[in-house]
Amino acid sequence: MNAGSPGYVLLEDGSRYEGLLCGPGTSGTGEIVFNTAMTGYQEAVTDPSYAGQVITFTYPMIGNYGVSEAAMESSAPHARGVIMREGRNGDDAATAEGGWLDWLEDRGVWAISGVNTRALVRQIRDRGAMRGGIFPAEMSQEEAAGQVESEPSMAGADFASQVTPPEPVEYPGDGPHVVVIDTGIKASIVGQLRERGCRVTLLPCSSGPEAVLERDPDLVFLANGPGDPAAVDAVVGTVRELVGKRPVVGICLGHQLLSRAVGLETFKLPFGHRGSNHPVKDLETGVIEITSQNHGFAVLGPEGDQRIEADEPVRWQTDFGEAVLSHINLYDRTVEGLRLPEASAMTVQHHPEAGPGPHDSRHLFDRFLELAG
Amino acid sequence: MPRRDDIKKILLIGSGPIVIGQAAEFDYSGVQACKVLLEEGYEVILVNSNPATIMTDPEFATRTYVEPLLPGPVAAIIEKERPDALLPTLGGQTALNLAMDLAADGTLEKFGVELIGADREAITRAEDREVFRQVMTEAEIRIPWSITVESVEEALTSLDGGGASLPAIIRPAFTMGGQGGGIAATRDELAGVVAKGIAASPIGQVLVEESVIGWGEFELEVMRDHNDNVVIICSIENLDPMGVHTGDSITVAPAQSLSDPVYQALRDTAMMVIRAVGVETGGSNVQFAVNPVDGEIAVIEMNPRVSRSSALASKATGFPIAKMAAKLAVGYALEEIPNDITRATPASFEPTIDYVVTKIPRFAFEKFPGADDRLSTYMQSVGEVMSIGRTFRESFAKAMASREIDSPAAIPDSTEELLEMLSVPDP
Repeated sequence: MNAGSPGYVLLEDGSRYEGLLCGPGTSGTGEIVFNTAMTGYQEAVTDPSYAGQVITFTYPMIGNYGVSEAAMESSAPHARGVIMREGRNGDDAATAEGGWLDWLEDRGVWAISGVNTRALVRQIRDRGAMRGGIFPAEMSQEEAAGQVESEPSMAGADFASQVTPPEPVEYPGDGPHVVVIDTGIKASIVGQLRERGCRVTLLPCSSGPEAVLERDPDLVFLANGPGDPAAVDAVVGTVRELVGKRPVVGICLGHQLLSRAVGLETFKLPFGHRGSNHPVKDLETGVIEITSQNHGFAVLGPEGDQRIEADEPVRWQTDFGEAVLSHINLYDRTVEGLRLPEASAMTVQHHPEAGPGPHDSRHLFDRFLELAG
Repeated sequence: MPRRDDIKKILLIGSGPIVIGQAAEFDYSGVQACKVLLEEGYEVILVNSNPATIMTDPEFATRTYVEPLLPGPVAAIIEKERPDALLPTLGGQTALNLAMDLAADGTLEKFGVELIGADREAITRAEDREVFRQVMTEAEIRIPWSITVESVEEALTSLDGGGASLPAIIRPAFTMGGQGGGIAATRDELAGVVAKGIAASPIGQVLVEESVIGWGEFELEVMRDHNDNVVIICSIENLDPMGVHTGDSITVAPAQSLSDPVYQALRDTAMMVIRAVGVETGGSNVQFAVNPVDGEIAVIEMNPRVSRSSALASKATGFPIAKMAAKLAVGYALEEIPNDITRATPASFEPTIDYVVTKIPRFAFEKFPGADDRLSTYMQSVGEVMSIGRTFRESFAKAMASREIDSPAAIPDSTEELLEMLSVPDP
């Protein structure tokens, strides 16, 4: 384990934060984002939605309770690196199968510890998510800045095609057949569907509408995933062909793809929502749930507003009939969920499957499956 | 729904003299509540026998009574003041018990005083061990099992049938100080200790209980509003395992050693507990034991009121639990109350922090020469210090330094000696 050669984090605005390299001790660049959850570091790093990103954990003690196979949200890490105040190699949990720092090293995830993450996160909050990287102290800041500069921006980035499975993957089940357009689905989502008896088929996200319909889905599921929803027009085109033909549901990126498919627009949030404590209100029932979130983009509201002040299920017209604003984020009042009753579609921005995060919204999977008939 | 207009005058009971187990934290919660209720335009009638409290300063209530915290004097105050409601959940166990007495003797009904925050049924469900056990069992929430037996055969049958398991604690009925009881780790020991216990009990009956001694101890601070929205304010991990009273334990917030699935299981369970007990609005504290070997979770108890841990959790997270509890009790919903820290977002959220908080109790055994200073399941500390640090180490070291104890701890020569020392919980 590389415990402690000096290194630093450099952001594209030139701000620099010293630390000690751990994990594999190598370096690289990506979009620097922050996650405010106090548990679930391994789940986050293995979530395909973090592809192309370096995660700064706001909670300072990361690695106390070790790692385990059960915490994997996919077969490999997808975040490029992690930035921590204090990376630990503990194994406190009964389920721990190894230490976090050892795991980062084994899996080749760049990591830096001892960083003033509070200062770094404030910078991102004030100036927005930025490109940046983790570098060894020997590397000059000019060279590091050059590397950061050559990292493409997240706006317009298509990472979904990198994390989608090359071939269809099938999970047997006696229940409704859920066909997933897999832009990087988390294991917890597949787990929630299978727990409810679903037969689940994951299709490469390049699959066209015929390939999806050929599988005779009871429900089309649009997965979570990384990158800019505006950069995956092909998938949006596929979804547009499917809406109205089969019931369609989705989570996170899937929510954004459905929205774009029915003619709504998406935009990049200043620093994104990544954490386990976001209150989301179901505007149709009045219930508030604490949710797990991980997204850098969001859907614009009825009048093209980023922020929606109304506290009722606003309705407006889309290319596929009426849309109902079903959920709203109480932090910044952005769109959290939509229903298209005429097209038999519903999607949410947050993560009802948790993994990591609260379980308050897991019941939404039952609502999804009601559409499957 | 905004604040309730059907109540105008609210009685608040303080916690009386400072004693071990109930100290200044309830002045802190009471003051928060008084301020909120006055701000909201209610008349606040306060009764507390302790003059050395901030809440008894005249400006904190419409009228303040310094009277004994007993049913008689408080009933007289109710008769004179005719409050519409009694808020019993902010003055510690004293206020809760007194409110229950006033409900039981008919005073509240006679003068039409409504219990707000938690009603009589909810308080009973949380406070009466047997009722709590039933409620948890009905809600399918795991609690340490316990059975009453009158013969060794009965105990062994239960062990074989899966009702009981080992290790177990045996407590004879109606004996003083647990005389004749003990812990059984094997089948033979169970037979032996149960036989001894039955002999020691005047009615020939023993309680066989699951032993969770040595399990990890955790607490969650929970808030619920009348819309049934529930949030977790803070998780707290006890450095000392089950067997040392929380008030005597070094505690750390947030929990440090729980993986996300286990933390979420505690969170789900805490929400089930507050709903099953039926605390309608306000804060509660749910205590858990977590088996360090397999992560199994059991609920130990719940306080249907603002507790000692609430003060720590409030200071640790910036979420003022007592103030929010008072607002919820008079009809607000969490989403209608602004978050005290951000002022821009609602209070219906869960605080997330980027630091570590440590509480270390302060003992005064030096004042009682000859007293046994081993720590146990009843509280003996007289105070506590809290510290905030960016890492556990920093936080812990600051708390140690805050205790104002000059003498450094004796450092043992060997690891064996150190482990031996650590195996006996003492200050």
